[in-house]
Amino acid sequence: MTTTTAPAAPATGSGTHPRLGRRARSRLTDTVVWVILAAGAIFMVAPLLWMFSTSIKTKLEVFALPPVWIPDVPQWDTYVRMWSDSFVLDGIRNSLIVSLSVTVVGTFTCALAAFALAKMRMPFKNAIFIGLLSGIMIPFPTLMIPQFVMFSRLGWVDTLLPLIVPAIFGNIVMIFFLRQYLSSVPDSLVEAAKIDGASYWQIFWRMIMPIIRPAVAAQFILWFMAVWNDYLAPILYLNTPERQTLQVVIANMNVQYATQRDYPLIMAASVVALLPILVVFLVFQRQIIESVALTGTKG
Amino acid sequence: MTSTASPATAGRRTPAPQPAPHTAPASSRPGGGSSRLHRNEKKWALLFVAAPVLGYLLFVLYPTLFALYASLTRWNGLGPMQFIGLDNYVALLGDERFRQALFNTFFYMLGIPIGLAISLALAIAMNRKIVGLTAFRTIYYIPVISSIAAVAILWQWAYNGDFGLVNQFLAFFGIDGPNWLADPTWSKPAIILMMVWKGLGYSMLLYLAAIQSVPRSLYEATALDGAGAWRQFRAITLPMVRPVTFFLVVTQVIGGAMIFTEINIMTPTGGPEYSTASAVFYIWKQAFQYRQMGYATAGAIVLGVLILIITLVQFRLNRRNSFAID
Repeated sequence: MTTTTAPAAPATGSGTHPRLGRRARSRLTDTVVWVILAAGAIFMVAPLLWMFSTSIKTKLEVFALPPVWIPDVPQWDTYVRMWSDSFVLDGIRNSLIVSLSVTVVGTFTCALAAFALAKMRMPFKNAIFIGLLSGIMIPFPTLMIPQFVMFSRLGWVDTLLPLIVPAIFGNIVMIFFLRQYLSSVPDSLVEAAKIDGASYWQIFWRMIMPIIRPAVAAQFILWFMAVWNDYLAPILYLNTPERQTLQVVIANMNVQYATQRDYPLIMAASVVALLPILVVFLVFQRQIIESVALTGTKG
Repeated sequence: MTSTASPATAGRRTPAPQPAPHTAPASSRPGGGSSRLHRNEKKWALLFVAAPVLGYLLFVLYPTLFALYASLTRWNGLGPMQFIGLDNYVALLGDERFRQALFNTFFYMLGIPIGLAISLALAIAMNRKIVGLTAFRTIYYIPVISSIAAVAILWQWAYNGDFGLVNQFLAFFGIDGPNWLADPTWSKPAIILMMVWKGLGYSMLLYLAAIQSVPRSLYEATALDGAGAWRQFRAITLPMVRPVTFFLVVTQVIGGAMIFTEINIMTPTGGPEYSTASAVFYIWKQAFQYRQMGYATAGAIVLGVLILIITLVQFRLNRRNSFAID
């Protein structure tokens, strides 16, 4: 890092020598850094690779000493067995129902509210916004018991409704970010549309939505992943195996099959629980990483 | 919003002739047309925020007030609530298991500074032009997006004393690892290690974004003054990433206070000698296994108040410290 002095010091003739030294040194640091990062990367993926390799081992190989890292014959049959013998498929279906309905409807509610809070005249606008924000301060564990009682009185226990209904009313974090994003849109644009005689609904749908689409997309993906991976709320409400979300299904399999020492099956189910989100992540990597980085700098 | 208000005509949004008659009343504000326009706007705006406001009242405010009252009662969740004043809170004070669970919960937070230090180092390392940077970033981020349930199942198996990945790895170096989750000394460090592993990528990403926004000229100027790498780190990098550190500490403390899934999956009984049970785990057991809804709610409120106090203290300290740096 001290290298920047180099170009200043040598005038002409002898200038090549220290510059070479500097470049060589920086290349050496780069190599060292690369090796450290690569070692760290192995440490990060090793458990996941091991999970996958366990899923295609035989039960004997799982308990072999010395350990078998790569099974002789991959037991793909485990995945077939998991498909037919467990509730993984139901879990995927239920998780999709919850995640999609929450994010699709919830994103829409959030975008509408963000538009109103950012660009429209409204009585008590700041009070409403701060009130909503204060909701963040109350952690879910404090709310879970009263919410459970509410929903059980409605007869919603063992249905997906308690996971969907509260969330489609919107999520303040998303409203916050969309409102922030909208603050960079000039008010005059909205005013002009109003003068043109567009209704507020049209302004929202034809003008605001296209503008905030990148922010909406990023928040949508983050929210989808959060709902897909949620565990605490689903285990409160869902008892019947066919009605459970994927995370609860695999957690129950973990208990049930551990006694039979069927670790390949458990690991196969965990791989399946990870895979959809991994694919989503790899496809939308750029958007996800950008919007996550944005979250931090705003905070 | 007089004649053009009907959706059919407004939808076309035709240019020249229509706006002209409209701009006139709009510019002369006190005119009747403009205030009607405003009233209309307020109506629509309130309609647009109605859902989140209603959601807040139904699913946040009402449950909060309900919880405050329920914590003062003896109640199994079904029958009538019997008002007993502060008895639940008094009982909590003397509840060995609740105190143990709270202690465990805060013990896990030792992982926060460890994780932040490693991820800052990683971010600095990644702030160079080296081959495969994007690949590294992706790999480090994979545990973050992974389902916590799957990760907990995986690590529970990885911590198996005889056949787990961790001890097989340690065996390479001739170390005979403990049976992590069954050993009261090692159960908490095991969970911390897993949490650090899972969270590294997230903190690293935020740090990297912050470091990349530091102007190069700052480093160059201090280098001219003869500052070494360590001094530059202390004098520039650390202060520049302070807001990110603050954000991460605040959010991770709040998240850490609510730790549950890992505990419930990896140690369904709360671990050996109750060494892994977290506050939320204890509250959840009391409420949904023993049906002590009033008592559990009191525990949840204690936890909520603790989180609130810690967060406020952090904001306080942050304000004072950033003043010192400016």
